[in-house]
Amino acid sequence: MKLKVTGIIAILLVVIGASCQSDDQIEFKRYYSGGSLVYQQHCQNCHGDKGQGLSALIPPLTDSTYLKNNRRKLACIIKNGLKGKITVADRPFDDEMQADDISPIEIAKVLTYITNSFGNKMGTVTLQQVQEGIINCK
Amino acid sequence: MRKLWIGIVILMLFNACKSNTKTALPILGYKTPVTKTVNGKTVTDTEYATIPPFKFVNQYADTITQKNLDGKIYVADFFFTTCPSICPVMHRNMLNVYKEFKNDDNFRIISHTIDPKYDTVPVLKRYADKLGIAGNTWWLLHGEKGDTYKIAKSYLQSVSEKNPKGEYIHDGFFILIDKQKRLRGTYEGTDPAEVTKLIADIKTLKAEPDQIAAK
Repeated sequence: MKLKVTGIIAILLVVIGASCQSDDQIEFKRYYSGGSLVYQQHCQNCHGDKGQGLSALIPPLTDSTYLKNNRRKLACIIKNGLKGKITVADRPFDDEMQADDISPIEIAKVLTYITNSFGNKMGTVTLQQVQEGIINCK
Repeated sequence: MRKLWIGIVILMLFNACKSNTKTALPILGYKTPVTKTVNGKTVTDTEYATIPPFKFVNQYADTITQKNLDGKIYVADFFFTTCPSICPVMHRNMLNVYKEFKNDDNFRIISHTIDPKYDTVPVLKRYADKLGIAGNTWWLLHGEKGDTYKIAKSYLQSVSEKNPKGEYIHDGFFILIDKQKRLRGTYEGTDPAEVTKLIADIKTLKAEPDQIAAK
């Protein structure tokens, strides 16, 4: 009897422990899942369901180094589009990406999704980071 | 026990017969009954819609007419190179069709641009190069807007001028045409599962007796 009670308490503790996540983790998951919907609506047709891009026309989103090096510019790229030659995954691209005037919170969510999918792992991109990034757009 | 075995054998034979029957693809489009007089007798035959004669220019600046597709099974679609919506996903899927049949000289893909003003021959060539297609399997066709829009109707496709937002609205279907220039299938080009079915259907079509016989 005593053993049973201890067992039940132990299981309860494990369940409670597992369901208790830090606020950061919850926020990440909220951003990530919301971002996947934004991605499907605004990005996936061109960049692909696996972020694979399209041949030499549309760059992939799998180059973690490019994403890290351009971390602060990413919000501006989504908001204002991108023109000119870039090198992604060691390949040149120079077609135009159109501007997409979505809200800063949507940008934060979709960037969280992109930078933590397709083999990337950069953590949450917060609304505040996006707002700061947009102010500094060239 | 013996009865059970007989039952199993009959069932197996039945299934064997079933799997040997190859299904033919349907013939789509409008049908018109045609009454002819053959050897003094009046017979009614069904005539299926076919793709009418046309003349366009491909990415190599070669003139392409219906004659270049004689004796070939082909897939047609409508697109434009600056399309931000469904075209990239269509051509990502079409690349699978291209890779599957690029060594088959009796197969072609034709993609009509619906924005001939921007998509000139050099623009189409550049797009083809960047898409990674070469040779004559996949032609990107340029032509008068009116001609393209008119032939789209033969493929049961809806394309139209730019809307007030500056967007072209067009269907994203891949249309399968046989050697008799009849419509044999339409596939949602944005859906990878449909395109996988297209590849399977092309193989089925190639094996049909009147496709093997046609030159």
